[in-house]
Amino acid sequence: MTSMKRRTFLRGSIATGAVGVAVGAGLLTPQMVLAAWPKAAFESTTVDDALTGLFGSKDHTGSDQIKIKAPDIAENGAVVPISITTDLAADTISIIADKNASPLAASFILGSDTEGFVSTRIKMGKTANVIAVVKSGDKLFSTGKEVKVTIGGCGG
Amino acid sequence: MSSIKMRAKASGGVTTIKALISHPMETGTRKDKKTGKKIPAHFIQEVVCKHGDKTVMTAQWGAAISKNPYLSFKFKGGNAGDTVSLSWTDNKGNSDSADGSIS
Repeated sequence: MTSMKRRTFLRGSIATGAVGVAVGAGLLTPQMVLAAWPKAAFESTTVDDALTGLFGSKDHTGSDQIKIKAPDIAENGAVVPISITTDLAADTISIIADKNASPLAASFILGSDTEGFVSTRIKMGKTANVIAVVKSGDKLFSTGKEVKVTIGGCGG
Repeated sequence: MSSIKMRAKASGGVTTIKALISHPMETGTRKDKKTGKKIPAHFIQEVVCKHGDKTVMTAQWGAAISKNPYLSFKFKGGNAGDTVSLSWTDNKGNSDSADGSIS
């Protein structure tokens, strides 16, 4: 029932073109306000800018407690399956493909009981490093993996 | 018909959610081959998943998520029969939501 209300409500917001205003008006839950979509981060064209936009800092240290499961060679850059697992106490997990026009693909905000695992599929314009950035406490940790993209090729 | 297909399964005290959403996820940089005009961006920006009243996952997405997005994650707790809900909102303000129960 609540979800129906929200749907109707959001549809109403389009008419005025101001979902953001509605968020400000406190009609949505606090979590949703905190999680306002970080436009600048998603539109930035460099990894550093994306991290700064998301976290206010681009400093991140490498960690072997983050594992990326991704293909070595992706024949179709439009669908690259990515899974990230971490043993760190993760608050957020972000996925970045550093050669994409907009490197930041996704940022996952985990609930307190949510495990350090996400799996999704991303688009990659060309061969690039996929970087997983985990925010744990007020520090950023990362690990990367190169994925070769061969769009339109016959494999290899 | 709902755009969301979701499975929630509890095992060993951990619930695994797997969801598929039907959505074009246009980046805004692709061109229509016939007209040569750019196809406007149209992608999901936020996916929220709740277990009961508790938010277990807020996914913020850019246009680089593949068409018809897939999302999977795990959270501790959750019993068979509990309600989980998933909702998404895209950059045009469209949204959809679906409820499911943990099996």
